[in-house]
Amino acid sequence: MAVTVSVPTILRTHTGGEKSVDASGSTVAEVIEDLDSRHSGIKGRLVKDGSLHRFINVYVNDEDVRFAGGLAAAVHDGDNVTILPAVAGGCAGW
Amino acid sequence: MLMIRRDLVDAMVGHARRDHPDEACGVVAGPVGSDRPERLIEMINAERSPTFYRFDAAEQLRVWRAMDAADEEPVVIYHSHTATEAYPSRTDTSYASQPDAHYVLVSTRDPDTHELRSYRIIDGAVTEEPVEVVESYMFSHTGADDVPDAP
Repeated sequence: MAVTVSVPTILRTHTGGEKSVDASGSTVAEVIEDLDSRHSGIKGRLVKDGSLHRFINVYVNDEDVRFAGGLAAAVHDGDNVTILPAVAGGCAGW
Repeated sequence: MLMIRRDLVDAMVGHARRDHPDEACGVVAGPVGSDRPERLIEMINAERSPTFYRFDAAEQLRVWRAMDAADEEPVVIYHSHTATEAYPSRTDTSYASQPDAHYVLVSTRDPDTHELRSYRIIDGAVTEEPVEVVESYMFSHTGADDVPDAP
């Protein structure tokens, strides 16, 4: 399955500055593996301990994959996979 | 330095006051590369918490797509601290993911006066920067590419 992946600014160091790259796979996990084979190191920014990093949002088309099986979420030919770092913070922690 | 219009500052402070004691959060978008905040978007705090904020993921996708389509980027990312000073917490610095953005903090802990400060957060390192509040970018010294405010 060939898909297009939208890459956020903070991860473009892995893609030579490209904001959109091609990848293939039938699940989000396979797409990330394929991405990592072409853009070394990107997987480590997205996946932690076998699941999606808590502060990374991944969408297949308009669907947040968190509600569609996470890394196991299916992707289809022509889908757009969007990666967005969550915007989060707060005063907790002090 | 962050140069920002007074009406945008007023809008951020107003949002923070309205959502107090929960943390309020949002974005001010501007043309890519301009460093000029222009369009304020109040975001839902999906956490609805006095100590934590997180943009709602579905709303964030819509807003980010709209910015992309308009050749905009998040120039300012703001949120409020409702019981502590306007300084980034460890939580803020560890989740900061937009090295090009100005992170603006509004503290509403004092009911009468607010505190508004701006930071760059790059690879977990926090640098405070001065904030210049202006009436209009048109008459400010923002460089040769200065353009009038959008109507």
